[in-house]
Amino acid sequence: MPNKRHTVLVCQGTGCISGGGEQILSSLEEEVAQLNLGDSIQIKRTGCHGFCQRGSLVVIEPEGIFYTRVQPDDAPEIAQSLLPRGKPIERLFYHDPVTDKPIPYYDDIPFYNKQQRTVLRNCGNIDPEDIDDYLAVGGYQALHKALFEMTPEQIIDEVKRSGLRGLGGAGFPTGRKWEACHKAPGDEKYVICNGDEGDPGAFQDRSTMEGDPHSILEGMLIAAYAVGAQRGFIYVRAEYPLAVKRLRIAIKQAREKGFLGKDILGSGFDFDVEVFQGAGAFVCGESTALVLSIEGKRGMPKPLPRPRTAEKGLWDKPTLLNNVKTFANIPVIISRGSGWFASRGTEKSKGTAIFSLTGKVANNGLIEVPMGITLREIIFDIGGGIPNGKAFKAVQTGGPSGGCLPASMLDMSVDFDSLTAAGSMMGSGGMVVMDEGTCMVDVARYFLDFTRREACGQCIPCRLGTEQMFEILDDITKGRGRPEDIDLLLELAEAIKHASLCALGQTAPNPVLTTIRYFRDEYEAHIYEKKCPAGVCQALITR
Amino acid sequence: MEELEEELLREILSFYQGNRGEIIPILLEIQGNFGYLPEEAIQMIASFLNITEGQIYSVASFYSQFRLIPLGRNRVTVCRGTACHIRGAPRILEEMEKVLGLKEGETSADLEYTLETVACFGCCALAPCIRINNGVHGEMTPEKVRKLFSASNEGEQDA
Repeated sequence: MPNKRHTVLVCQGTGCISGGGEQILSSLEEEVAQLNLGDSIQIKRTGCHGFCQRGSLVVIEPEGIFYTRVQPDDAPEIAQSLLPRGKPIERLFYHDPVTDKPIPYYDDIPFYNKQQRTVLRNCGNIDPEDIDDYLAVGGYQALHKALFEMTPEQIIDEVKRSGLRGLGGAGFPTGRKWEACHKAPGDEKYVICNGDEGDPGAFQDRSTMEGDPHSILEGMLIAAYAVGAQRGFIYVRAEYPLAVKRLRIAIKQAREKGFLGKDILGSGFDFDVEVFQGAGAFVCGESTALVLSIEGKRGMPKPLPRPRTAEKGLWDKPTLLNNVKTFANIPVIISRGSGWFASRGTEKSKGTAIFSLTGKVANNGLIEVPMGITLREIIFDIGGGIPNGKAFKAVQTGGPSGGCLPASMLDMSVDFDSLTAAGSMMGSGGMVVMDEGTCMVDVARYFLDFTRREACGQCIPCRLGTEQMFEILDDITKGRGRPEDIDLLLELAEAIKHASLCALGQTAPNPVLTTIRYFRDEYEAHIYEKKCPAGVCQALITR
Repeated sequence: MEELEEELLREILSFYQGNRGEIIPILLEIQGNFGYLPEEAIQMIASFLNITEGQIYSVASFYSQFRLIPLGRNRVTVCRGTACHIRGAPRILEEMEKVLGLKEGETSADLEYTLETVACFGCCALAPCIRINNGVHGEMTPEKVRKLFSASNEGEQDA
C-alpha cells in the first residue's frame, strides 16, 4: 500500500457497533471520497480498542489522535479535519473524568499509558477481516520460524521457559500441558481453542476473536505442530456472532494463503481448523464438558477419576485445549523469545493479564497489564477511580468462581497465586468494581443465582447445594434472615467445595465465602437490624 | 408442517454428513431459520443422524440457546451479567416487563415480542445493556427503555 498521509482507524467491535460504528465507517468512506482524499487517506476497519465505554472510537494515525463518543453525524467534520491545514476536533477528544481536561493523543490517556499490550497487540490497529494487514505487522512469521527452524520439542521447551500459564482461569503451566499432549501416544490428535467465555462480566476473549483472529489461528497452528495434531476447533460462545463471523473470514483467508490445509508452506505439515458454535452452557468451560459438547452431547463434566484431556479428549484422542488469550500469546513467545516474555510479570506469573474492567469505575473497558501490578493501580490509575464522588467498596475478580476483595487489599499484587490466596481467583479476567452503593449480600445472591441456574445437575452437592445457598441468601436480602444463617452458609460452602464433581461447584461458594470474610457486618445488618446499608435490597428499604 | 418448510429442512440437512457430532450445528442452523425447533424438525434430524428423538431432546434441553416453542418476531434480551447487575439491570428488566407486559421468558400472544435474559453478552463496558434482535443498546436507564418502546413500534425493528 502506498504511503498515505493519514490512516483513520474506525473501531468495529461489538461495543462500538452498538454506538453506530458501521455507519461511521461508511459515512467516513463517502466523505473522504467526496473530498477527493482517497489517495492520501486510508479508512480502516479495526477490532476493539478496549475503551468501549467511550465508543464509538476513531483514531487518526500517524498522529495518534483519539476521538471518543463519535456519532455518524461527525463524519463530515472528521473528513474536513484531514484536509491539509485541517485542525483536530477538540470536542471529540477524551476528557479526563476528574479534571475535565481534553487529552488529544491516545498515548497520553492514563487508561492506555499504563498498559502493556501483548495479547491485544493488534486489536484496534489492524483490520481483522484482512489477512494482509496481519501479515504487514509480522503475522505468521512465528509460524514460519516454528515450522522451519524449530523441532516440536524445542517449541515446547520455549513455551515452558516462557512461564506462560493458561489464561482461561486455572493458570496451569501451558508448556507442561503441551508436553503431555505431545507425549501422548496416537497419530490422531486435536487442538481446541476455548472461546466459550461464560463468565458474566468478562469480554476479552470476544474482543480478541473479533479484533485479531489470525493471532489465535497462528498460535493454534504452532501448538498443533508441537503436539502433532491435524485438526482443530475454535469453540465460540453462542452469544458472540461477530466473533464467529470474523474467525470464519480469517480461516478462509488463511487457507487461501496456504497457512491452513495440506502441506502448510511446503513443510509437509497438515492442519485445518473449524469454528464450533456453543449453544449456551457455562459448565462447558470445563474441558471434558466442552469436549462432550463438540461430540454432540450434553456438556456434563465426566465423572472422577477424569482422564486428562491432553491424553484422552475429543473422541478419546489426545487433545490440547487452551484459552483464546493463551494461543494469542504464542506467536509473540516464538518470535521474541521466552526470555523477553518471562522478563515481565512476577516470579510465578509471567507476562500480562487481561481484565474487563467494569462496574462502578470511571473508565470502563478492556485492559492488558503486567502481572504483579496492584489492584489500586488498575482501579485508580487506569480506571480513573470511582465516579460520582462515591467510595470504593470492593472489587470482584474471577466471576462466579471468584470473590470480592475489600479496600484493605488494594495494594495486593495481581497475579494467579495472590488472588487465589485472598479467596478469589484470576478466572477468565472479569474485574467488576463496586462502590458504597453496592450491597455485598445482593452480590453473593446474584452469583449463586447464576451458578444454581448453570449447574449441570449431575452431582448433588452442586445442584442442591447452590440452590440451598441461594435460598438462604434470598431470604437474607428479603428481611427473612435468621441468626444461624451465616454459619449455615459457611457449612454448606465447605461441603459444596469439597464434594462437587467439577470446578463449577468447587468454586461456586467463593463469592459467598469472600463476602462473609470481608463484609460480615453487612450480613449482620441484614439479619439482625433488617437493614441494607447500601440501600439495594428493596424489601429492607421500605421498612 | 408446510411443504415449503419441509423442503427447507431437507436443504439444511443436505449440507451435513450425518455424524452425531453435527447435532449442535444442525440445531443452531434450524433454529436460526425457524426461530425455534419444531417437533417435525426433531423427528427429521433423528432419522438423519440415526439416533432417537430422545437423544436430540436431551441435547436441546441442556443448552440455553434452544427453544422448543415459537419465539416472538422481536426478541428483547436483557443482560444480567455482573457489571449490568450492579449498574441496575434488575431495574431495567422490571421496566421492560412493565412496558412489554411480559415476564422474563414469555412471548406475547400476538408473537410480536419475546422477553428474555442472558447471562452476559460481553458488552460490560456499556452496562447495563439490552439487545433488541441483533442490536445492542448500552448504558440503559428505565427512561431509555420507555423511550425505545414508545417512540414507535417500528423503532426497535431496525435495531
